[in-house]
Parts: sequence; C-alpha cells; structure tokens
Amino acid sequence: MKTKNQSLFQKELLLEALKQSFVKLNPVSLFRNPIMFTVEIGTAVMLGVCLWILTGETAQGSFAYNFTVFLILLFTLLFANFAEAIAEARGKAQADSLRKTREETPAKKIEQVGELYVNEITIVPSSSLKKGDLFICEAGDIIPTDGEIVEGLATIDESAITGESAPVIREAGGDKSSVTGGTKVLSDKIKVKVTAEPGESFLDKMIALVEGASRQKTPNEIALTILLAGFTLVFIIVCVTLKPFADYAQIPITIAAFISLFVCLIPTTIGGLLSAIGIAGMDRALRANVITKSGKAVETAGDIDVLLLDKTGTITIGNRKATHFHPINGLHETDFIKACVLSSLADETPEGKSIVELAGKELTQNLSIKGATLIQFTAETRCSGVNLPDSTRIRKGAFDAIRKLSETAGFPFPKEISDAVTKISGNGGTPLVVAQNEKIIGVIELQDIIKTGISERFERLRKMGVKTVMVTGDNPLTAKFIAEKAGVDDFIAEAKPEDKMNYIKAEQQRGKLVAMMGDGTNDAPALAQADVGVAMNSGTQAAKEAGNMVDLDNDPTKLIEIVEIGKQLLMTRGTLTTFSIANDVAKYFAIIPALFITAIPALQGLNIMKLHSPETAILSAVIFNAVIIPFLIPLALKGVAYKPIGASALLRRNLLIYGLGGILVPFIGIKLIDMMVALFF
Amino acid sequence: MMNTEIIGIIAMFAITLVAALPLGKYIAKVYSGQRTFLDPVFNPIEKLFFKSSGIDATKEMNWKQHMIALLAINVVWFVLGMAVLLCQGWLPLNPDQNPNMTPDLAFNTIISFLVNCNLQHYSGETGVSYLSQLFLMFLQFVSAGIGLAAAAVLFNALKERTTEKLGNFYNYFIKSCTRILLPISVITAVILLWNGTPMTFNGKDTMTTLQGDTVQVSTGPAAAFVAIKHVGTNGGGFFGANSAHPFENPNYVTNMTEMVAQMIIPFAMIFALGFYLNRHKLSWMIFSVMTIGFLALAVPTIVTEINGNPAIAEMGINTTQGATEGKETRFGAAASGYWSIATTVISTGSVNSMHDSAMPLSGMNQLLAMMVNCFYGGCGVGILNFYIFIILAVFISGLMVGRTPEFLGKKIEAREMKISMIIALLHPFLILVGTALSTAFPEQGASTLNNPGFHGFSEILYEYTSSAANNGSGFEGLGDNNPWWNITTGIVLLLSRFLPIIGPIAIAGILAAKKHIPESAGTLKTDTATFGLMTFAVIAIIAALSFFPALTLGPIAEYFSMK
Repeated sequence: MKTKNQSLFQKELLLEALKQSFVKLNPVSLFRNPIMFTVEIGTAVMLGVCLWILTGETAQGSFAYNFTVFLILLFTLLFANFAEAIAEARGKAQADSLRKTREETPAKKIEQVGELYVNEITIVPSSSLKKGDLFICEAGDIIPTDGEIVEGLATIDESAITGESAPVIREAGGDKSSVTGGTKVLSDKIKVKVTAEPGESFLDKMIALVEGASRQKTPNEIALTILLAGFTLVFIIVCVTLKPFADYAQIPITIAAFISLFVCLIPTTIGGLLSAIGIAGMDRALRANVITKSGKAVETAGDIDVLLLDKTGTITIGNRKATHFHPINGLHETDFIKACVLSSLADETPEGKSIVELAGKELTQNLSIKGATLIQFTAETRCSGVNLPDSTRIRKGAFDAIRKLSETAGFPFPKEISDAVTKISGNGGTPLVVAQNEKIIGVIELQDIIKTGISERFERLRKMGVKTVMVTGDNPLTAKFIAEKAGVDDFIAEAKPEDKMNYIKAEQQRGKLVAMMGDGTNDAPALAQADVGVAMNSGTQAAKEAGNMVDLDNDPTKLIEIVEIGKQLLMTRGTLTTFSIANDVAKYFAIIPALFITAIPALQGLNIMKLHSPETAILSAVIFNAVIIPFLIPLALKGVAYKPIGASALLRRNLLIYGLGGILVPFIGIKLIDMMVALFF
Repeated sequence: MMNTEIIGIIAMFAITLVAALPLGKYIAKVYSGQRTFLDPVFNPIEKLFFKSSGIDATKEMNWKQHMIALLAINVVWFVLGMAVLLCQGWLPLNPDQNPNMTPDLAFNTIISFLVNCNLQHYSGETGVSYLSQLFLMFLQFVSAGIGLAAAAVLFNALKERTTEKLGNFYNYFIKSCTRILLPISVITAVILLWNGTPMTFNGKDTMTTLQGDTVQVSTGPAAAFVAIKHVGTNGGGFFGANSAHPFENPNYVTNMTEMVAQMIIPFAMIFALGFYLNRHKLSWMIFSVMTIGFLALAVPTIVTEINGNPAIAEMGINTTQGATEGKETRFGAAASGYWSIATTVISTGSVNSMHDSAMPLSGMNQLLAMMVNCFYGGCGVGILNFYIFIILAVFISGLMVGRTPEFLGKKIEAREMKISMIIALLHPFLILVGTALSTAFPEQGASTLNNPGFHGFSEILYEYTSSAANNGSGFEGLGDNNPWWNITTGIVLLLSRFLPIIGPIAIAGILAAKKHIPESAGTLKTDTATFGLMTFAVIAIIAALSFFPALTLGPIAEYFSMK
C-alpha cells in the first residue's frame, strides 16, 4: 500500500493514458474545458482547410504546411488529454491498490428473522452485504466490509490499509469502534454492523472523485476557469477583429495563421493541465493515506488558519515514560522499585521498558523472573504483571483497574495513594498503580514525552501562518507547561467535547478557517463544524461521517501534510497560469511579424528572434505551445514545492521562476524549434 | 533650452505631488464626515440643498442603491442637456447666433460630457451658445462629482468590517462638487483670469492683426469653463483648439496651472484612500505602480519629441527645437510631449498640441495610456479601474502563494472574478470591435480619414480608444461629426463609462458584505513592492496582449516604416 516512491510514469499507466487521450477527444467530454474545446474547434477548422486545399484552393498555402498545423493542433489536444488521463490513471492505480484489500470475501452474516436478530449465521459474499446488516468476525477472519462494532472487542491487523504492522484494539461502544473492510481479526470475536451500502463506502467515493465521474470543480477552480475563459474571450476578440484590420491594410492572412495565433495566445498550457493538477492534488492526499470526500476539502486545507490538535499521540508520544517511584508509606523504596522492575522485565511496552530503565542497572541486573508466569495486558483487565514462582502476584495498571482489583480482594484503598495519583495527574503525568498480592504498594509516575521534531513542525506551520492549538484533558498548568515546551500557540485545557466546538465557532466568527482531527462520537459535532475535519479511520462511524477527510493511518500529525497538499494544489495552478500567460509575450513576437511581414517588410524590425520565415515562425510557435504541455506534466502531477518563507517572499520566488521564466523560456524554445523547422523549408 | 524644458516638466510633477498630499487628507476627511476648515461655508449650502430637494443625506445605501442613484442623476441631466442643445438657437445667451445642434451630435455631446469624456465633435466657437457652454460647464462638475462619489463608495466598502451599508450617494456627490471640485476650480480660474483667459458674456471681439486686417475673435466665459475642464479631468475645451488655443491656455504659467489642475485630484484620490483607510503604504504602492507606468510612457514620448522627426531632419531642416509640427512654440516639444501623456493617462483629454502630428511612438504611447486607463486615471474612476486590476493581481498571486486570494481581509471568489473579467474584457472589446466595424465599413468610418495607411488606421483606433477610455482627446485628422462617428462613439462612451463604475462598486459591495478575515502570517500583503510589481505585470500584460496586433498595424508599422 505504501507506494510513495513509485515513478511518475509507469508503463501500464502510460498505455491506459494514451488510450484515454484519444477517447477524451470526444467534444461532449471536452466541452467541460472551454479552453481546450476552442482548440478542438480550431483543429476541426484546420481539417476543413486541408480538405479545401485538396479540392483545389490555392490561397491558403501548401497542403503540407496546413496539414502540419492541423497535426500540431491535434497533438496539443492529445497532450492535454494525456495530462488528465495520466493523472486519472495514477489516482485510479492508487485507489485500486486500496480496493484490492476489499476483494470478495466470505462474510458470516447474521440472518434476520422477523423483528429479531437470531444468531443464525450464513456465509454470504461480502458484496451482498447491505447497510444495517450484521455479521460476525472471529480470529483469523478478514473483515468483509466497513462497519461498526456493536458487540465485543478484538485485536485487528490493519496493515493492509495503514502499512503499520502493530495490531490495534477495536471495541464496541468506544471511540475506536470502526473496522475497515480488508483488515484481519487477530483475536477475539466481534459483531459488526455494516455502515455503507455496497459501492458507497468512503473509498468508493474517493475512487469516483479521482476517476472524474463525480468530480466537481472546486470554488477556486471555478474562479480560475472564469479568469482563463476571460483570457480566451479577449483573444477571440483580438483574432476576429484582426481580420477587418488586415483587410483594411490590404494584408492577406491565411486561416492557418489566424488559428495558430489564436491557439498560441489562449492559455492552453494551464487549460490543458488544470484538471490534471486537481486530480493530482487528491491523488497526493490519497498517497498520504488520506481519503478526501471532496476536492474542495483539500483546497480548503491550504487556507487553514487554526489547527486543533489532540495532545496525546500528536504532540506527545502516546506512550509515556516513568519518571518517579512513589512507594506507599512504610515500604522501602528499593523494595518497591524491585517489585516494579519484576513486573516490567518481560513487559515489552515502552512504558514497561522505561520503568526498567529508570530503576537503573544496579538494581535490575540481579533480578530474575525465571519460572514466572507473565500476565499480558488486555483491553479487558487494563493491567499487566507477573506471577512469581514464590506465588507473589505483582500487578501494575490504571488507577481504577488496580483499585477494583484491590477492593475486590478486601483491601481498603489508601488515601495517600489517591493523593499521589491526584498530584501526579496535576503535574501532567499519568499514575500507574502497583499492587503486590492485590495490596497496593505504590505508584509509578509516567510523564508525557514530547515528540522529537514536533516543535520544528509547529514552527513550520507558524511560518505558513497557521496557528496551532493543543487540546488536552490536562489541567491548565500542565497544559501550559506542555504547550510551551512543544511550541504550540494556544491550548484548551480540561477540554470537554463542547469546548472544542466553542473554540472552533469562536475562531470561525473571527473569519478564521479551522481544521481539527478527531475520532470519537463526541468529536463528531466539532468535526462537522470545522472547515476541515479529519476523522481517524479507527474512529467511530459518526466521526467519519462528520468529517470531510478520513486518515487511514490514524496519524494525528497528518493534518500538517494535508495543509501542505492544499497549498501545493493552489500554487501549482497559480504558477502555471502565470507561466502560461507570460508565454504569450514571446509567441506574439513570433507570430505577429510573421502575419504582416510579407505585406509590410518594415516590420522585420519586430522579428527580434530572427526567425527563418513566416511559415517556420508560425509552426515553431504552435509546436512550442504543444510540447510545453507534456514538459510540464511532471510538475502538474508532483505539484510546485511549498516553502514556508512568508507570502511575499514566496510570491517573489514564484514570480521570478514562473513569471520571468515564462517570458524567457518560449523565446529560447521557439528560436530552437525554428532552427530545426527551418531545415525543412 | 532643453534643460529648462525638462526642469519645467519636473516642476509640474513635483508641485502636483506636494499639493496632492494635503488635498488627499482633506478629501479623506470630507468623505468620512470629519470637520474641515470649509465647513462654515458649505454646511449651510448643503443643508439648504438637501432640505429643498427632500433628500435624506444620512440614509445609508447598499451598493445597488448607490448605483441606482448614480444612474438617476445621469438620466436627469441627459434629458435636460438634450433639450438645451437641441434648442440652443432659440434660447438666450447666444450672441454669436449659433444654430441648434443636430440630434446625433447633441446625443454624442451630452453623453460625452456626462461620462467625463468630452469627445467634442463640434467646435465651441460655432457649435454652441453661451447657455450651452454654461450648461456643459455644469455637466463637467456633475460627471467629475459622480466619479468622485463612486470612488468614495469604494473607499467606504474597503473598510475592515462586514456591512452592506456604504454611506449615501447624494451626500458623497454633493460634497464632491461643493467641497472638492468647486474650491480648486475657483483657484484655477482666478489664475487663468490673471493670465488673460477671457470671462465675458459678450459676443465675438473684433481685433486688428499685425498685418492690419480686422478679424472676428470668439470669446466667452472661458476661464471658469477651462478650470473645471481640468480639475474634473473632463477635457472639454471651450474653443475647438482646446488648450492649444491662446485664450484657453495663454502662456507657460497657465500651461503649468492647467497641468497641475488636471493631475491633482487623481493624485490626491490615491492618497485619500490611504488616509481614509489608514493604509498609507497601500497608497504609496498604488502611486508607485501608476507613476512607473506613467513614466514608462512619458519618458520615451518626451525623448522622441525632443529628438524631432528624422524624416524632416533628412530634408536638411533644423530640428533642434524637436518635433514642432502641430505644437505651440510657447510650450515647446518637451512640455507638449509631457502633456500628451498626462492628458491620456488621466482621462482629461484636453490637448495643447496636435496628437495627430506626434511621432509614431508618441502616438503609440498616447494610445497605450488610454488602453491601460488606470495610471492615475480620471476623477475617481481611475482608482476604480485600478481596483479591477488589483483584484486580478490578488487572485493570481494568491494562488501563487497557495492561499485562497483575499484583498484587505475579504476573499475573492468566482463571482468577483466574473465581474472583474467582464470589466477587464469590456475595454479591449469596445476599442477593437469599434475599430473593426469602422474598417469593415469604410464607406462609413474610414472614408472620413485625412490620412491613408497606418496613420489612418491609428486615427480610427485612437477615436475609439479615446471614447472607451472616456478620455475625449482626439488624434483628429478625421471628420468625426457625422452620424456614424457620433452614434458609435456615443454607444462606446455609455458602455465604457457606466459598466466600469458599476463593476468595481459591485465587487466592493459584495466583498464588504463578506466576513472580514484578520491578517495572519500567511496573508499576502498587498502594500508591498512585490505585489506592486505583480499588479504592474497584470496591467502591462493585459494591455499588451489585447492591443499588440492593432498597435502593430498602426503606430508600430509607421515607426518601422519611418526608420
């Protein structure tokens, strides 16, 4: 699934795209793109002119010349179609690799009898599952389709989707109740309710977006199309009025020259690449393992002003580290530490390792758990530990889990422990309570570890103009401490779900665009309210419905990538538009002298490129206009690199590269092509 | 000699700039309703006016109501104006017994005065009575006031807030006329009077020339007329020869006065925007872009005119005075070249030399100045035209930095783009289509030309460009008083005046109603040199791309043929 390094043009994709380039010549489909549609009209007219010459017309130049112009125009169209087709093919290939995960699998469907669900299981193909159906998955089963766990708990291998090999726990009722088709149940048994009709899952929606069937133009794309259509209209006026002007000056201009002038002037470069850029943007999102529900969402992501991030897992490593041992009064610290180490020696979790690490080598090297029984952590018990050969039972776990354990055994819960727990929590830490033979002996303090490199990422966001806000259940003091350390701009402490919502609304009131990531059902309203809501794939169905993107990796830092993808999308459009329009300067200097030079020899002075002859000048300009499209396809697909150097500096940089470059490149290109074309004239 | 001429030009520019700064501050105060030193004079007059007309000047309007008010004022004066011109022969104040105007000429004349163009297909001496002249003078206040009031609506809409209420149009209009145009016109008229411009209601004067014969010389209430003609960037001359006429522009001092008078309000409006919004850097950005554009046109023109005509030099004739054909010796080649660009970048269109006689490159620059039509631009409307280009530049550069484009905290979306594109398209459309029709039907348009070939083509192109830019200057050299010219240019005038006012105001009105987005680090600043460069590039490319082929067949072909 993780195929980020795949080359831009794979052979099988190329063949498919080539085929599509011809299919897309159909005027009905080309009509969606007004610029290329006018080129198609021009091409048709040139074909007519060629036929006309064959019937004996002599004033329009040689057949060979006219036919060459016709061919070049046809290639211009094909190149533009190819750009769109290759973008689609790449997106489709990406989507297909996702779709492969959901091939036909047998599903253990629970048959409905009357009003009641009866546990009668029939094996049906996954494609026949309807929304609302229930099915069962046991250890070793492939989950047949997307759904929500209604009963049970299971460990699931989601590597088919996320590429992460570590299994995850999904259970009914919580924020992690969603399962995805194609993933594999490793342990336990779950009852799942189907959440989408066949063909209507998020993935299906995304595939449809990429394939163009339901691709809608985004608001920015519409505005840009208006701009480009405007430019096209200007040049229609310029070319149409040129006819009476030339007649008045008694200068004959051939139809081929008129159409060449027109096609060169209208912004075909950006016109041909526009839809490819849009598709490539969604494709980049898909490559980042983000499913977007609309192209608009990707675009909006580029405009985000405020980013709401959960503390845990985003800013801090989900796993905390042991920083202090707090033994109960009367117990020697060394004994307590020994017990902690014994319980953690076989514990492979980062927390467990960090306890051994904190205890130090001197204490740990003499300890052994030979012959002991290990008690693994389960989602059910929420504690782990060890049963030593001398029948000492050591358990460590969440405060309430150990408390329950201890109270069940008849021990009172010591007040000093609850005090310690409160204090640790107050400092932004997590308490891990330890019990020996069900009697509580102390607390291990775990602290949040801020992810390495996260503050650099926030710095990058700040330079982009994005404000970061940390959302945490911690008290304000701890929250402030972590916020400052991590370098976020603001934080919401002791956050309740409605606090997120209120914060988003307040920012939106001030005209800001807000993005957030969430997974729980109680996040759903905020996800819906946010301008960009990214739901984790592991999250509840409600959350996934509410957001406008789904992150398959469940990686909360993904928002940063999404923002950059959005910005890249707009930038690629903007820079290629500038490039395309700047190109016209050189094309004018190639074609205008060529049009008039025979009748007004003095205009040789305008032929600053010293092109060979009027015919070669026109052909060179049209050839340049055509070949620049395939040259720019890689840029359109990969996107212009975003650099967070401030808006004005970025504008200067892009203006220099694509504006000035757009003026100079065609002068060089047309001159070179002319030198080659001149060999045939 | 040449040095003095250059110093004269620099002085004209410097005086305008120095005077425009405090004037801009004053204009900003007028439109924001703050106290000014002229309050005691004008408060009672305005109160009386509003009371007698029943207009509630405090009632706030949205952009549509503004535009309805604007059109209503224009319709009223159009009807009255037609009546006066069609019946001037029967009406009083007609000592020279000039006849009634023909309907097509009256249509063209009234339209062209209402739209701040003043194309003038008649000659003031024989074509109009003094009553008509006075009426036309009044219209020059109206049209300039309309332009200023529209700009005031734009200023109001650009404020950082979300609203539909953009002030009262009648209030802006009256204040523009009374508090801005009138005082400056009075000062200008007084200077002109001192220097010999006539101000009389008597008929023709009889004069004895140096040769001893007597001639009849037209006079009239010219000083007042000439003042508002420049202050309001109208350009409609009292006499046919406009500011080349010795009564309209007697000497170098009046030449400078008229020059400063026509540029001062366009300059001041740019600074007024800065004072009004408290965004001085934005003003300077706009001023710099406009000035660079102006200099890029003016400097080559002045140089070409000073160098003189190589074809004449070849004949062995001394051209050290520069290209003097069609120029007044009391102004000289440099000041005439400067004037020809100044009067075309702003929409005055008054002339102190014959543009038809200018060198081909100068002619091209005069054309380009009007094709761009927003380097300073006319009274109020210059800044409206520039606003369209800002919107386009903001859109493209917004995309280039990866952010939905926004200007002064308002997002630019499809609807605004649609309007800006229509307005940006309209100008080349009117010019090119008008010219194309006149060349396609030579029996109508082209047959009236005095010159064949490229120069004749330039004359047609100039006539439509001047109309579409609401400029009103003439390349001349064509017999423009016939139904074809009167009606086609009349239509061009109407479309090119009102749509380019309504468009920007509509955009500003729509944006004003949108949610205001505070600036952040990711916002593209629009008051920087980089953005200025972007705007300049957009203007240059749109003008160059639209008009390059037409210019090639006119002045460019002429230029290369002369080499």
